[in-house]
Amino acid sequence: MEQLIQQIINGISLGSIYALIALGYTMVYGIIKLINFAHGDIYMLGAYIGYFCMTTLKLGFLPSLIAAMLICTLIGMAVEKIAYKPLRNATRIAVLITAIGVSLFIEYGTMFFVGAGVRTYPEITGLLAKRFQFGSMVVSMQQIMIVATTIVLMTILQIIVRKTRIGKAMRAVSLDKDAAQLMGINVNTTISFTFALGSALAGAAGILVGVYYNSINPLMGVMPGLKAFVAAVLGGIGIIPGAMIGGYLIGIVEVFVSGYGSSMYREAVVFAILILILIVKPAGILGKNIREKV
Amino acid sequence: MLEINNINVHFGVIHALKDVSLTVNEGEIVTLLGANGAGKTTTLRTASGLKKPTDGNILLNGKDITQTSAQERVKMGISHVPEGRRVFPAMTVLENLELGAYLRRDRAEINKDLKMVYDRFPILYDRKKQSAGTLSGGEQQMLAIGRALMSRPKILFLDEPSMGLAPLLVQEIFSIIKDINETGTTILLVEQNASMALQIAHRAYVLETGSIVLSGTGSELMQSEDIRKAYLGG
Repeated sequence: MEQLIQQIINGISLGSIYALIALGYTMVYGIIKLINFAHGDIYMLGAYIGYFCMTTLKLGFLPSLIAAMLICTLIGMAVEKIAYKPLRNATRIAVLITAIGVSLFIEYGTMFFVGAGVRTYPEITGLLAKRFQFGSMVVSMQQIMIVATTIVLMTILQIIVRKTRIGKAMRAVSLDKDAAQLMGINVNTTISFTFALGSALAGAAGILVGVYYNSINPLMGVMPGLKAFVAAVLGGIGIIPGAMIGGYLIGIVEVFVSGYGSSMYREAVVFAILILILIVKPAGILGKNIREKV
Repeated sequence: MLEINNINVHFGVIHALKDVSLTVNEGEIVTLLGANGAGKTTTLRTASGLKKPTDGNILLNGKDITQTSAQERVKMGISHVPEGRRVFPAMTVLENLELGAYLRRDRAEINKDLKMVYDRFPILYDRKKQSAGTLSGGEQQMLAIGRALMSRPKILFLDEPSMGLAPLLVQEIFSIIKDINETGTTILLVEQNASMALQIAHRAYVLETGSIVLSGTGSELMQSEDIRKAYLGG
């Protein structure tokens, strides 16, 4: 029993990371129907920015988190402007191939600057290093921090999307671009803002993972990126709460497979889920077709 | 107020509008008639900035807006109720109406207009928390018109507001259009229901395969032999 709870706690920590990344996938898909394969690499950049903030600049966790989010925001907006915006009226496959190109560019560009080797996050000391023991269960302060940060960011995201003017514009553009333009909404600005939000969340996920797992490398974004994509599809791509649910589910499943089965299979199981969901319910858990009445 | 001069519009190799010119004066209801595929919707979409013409120009109150973006044109007083209503289905009625006032910041005046829309369409008030996708066709049309009014347009484009509605509702929609016009909004109306449209229109144009083939006052066209044969069923 205690082991089960321990696994769930670990799964929720990992799931938070996937959920944060999946949100960016799903929002971008919702608005321009693009699977942004470079998204996992923004997460990797977030981890590196956090690393340099904490080592070279000797900043604390919170300032580093904010810095990583801000810089990732700018990078995400730049990627959209340089790579995707000129292809606004191109076929979807052309944009998709471009996304893969951007992904490789960021990965190997980063390698050029920081080297291909693994870097180790500084040892966490003080409050963040605390661990809490309950019988045989251990909850680390880092796990609490990951989950807390994720919940705060998701709440802020929900408020932005539901309540603010730009959030309403985002939803309008994702539902109907032409009609949104007729309301006076600037579609390009709104798309750019969506990339900004998604990249900020990916940046946050990057630094959280750095702190949690300690080691980072320029290709670290590939696998979590793909898994977060699976999470987004599982929850229903384009649906924001779906990405959260999908992220946590994938995190928990992965930890369970490692814990009770064999960790060799954890990736296979995640992708088996993708295949299964595409066969059984391609619209995802929360997905439904909204039919328009005529 | 609105002047379209010799615009040509292409979709790839298809020449959809050929030298179309039309004028809408302040305070008028002008209707654009024509069969399916004649280019009525394209004319409206070009006038509201969703489609760019290959040549020709569009003037709004004497100012050339041919290169102006759709959202800028909303700011200048154009509001367009698109074909098929195009409400935002997953958003509530209230959110749809608020998006209509997206470019405005005058909260008090927006609330005043919201009340005006609710007075005109009481059903929208009853359903303000409901998502727009759950409304009936007629209610969605009212929402689309209400949403367009929320930007306080000087000129309103309506694209087939009667499409798919029951005859009684068609009557109601047309009397609402007339009423909106009488309260000071200029209207450019695209319709397949020619007889209804001609009854409320001051002037009308007839489009055929991308060209204007006929124009005149509403009553002139109603009497025209060609129109009667082609659009009024005898």
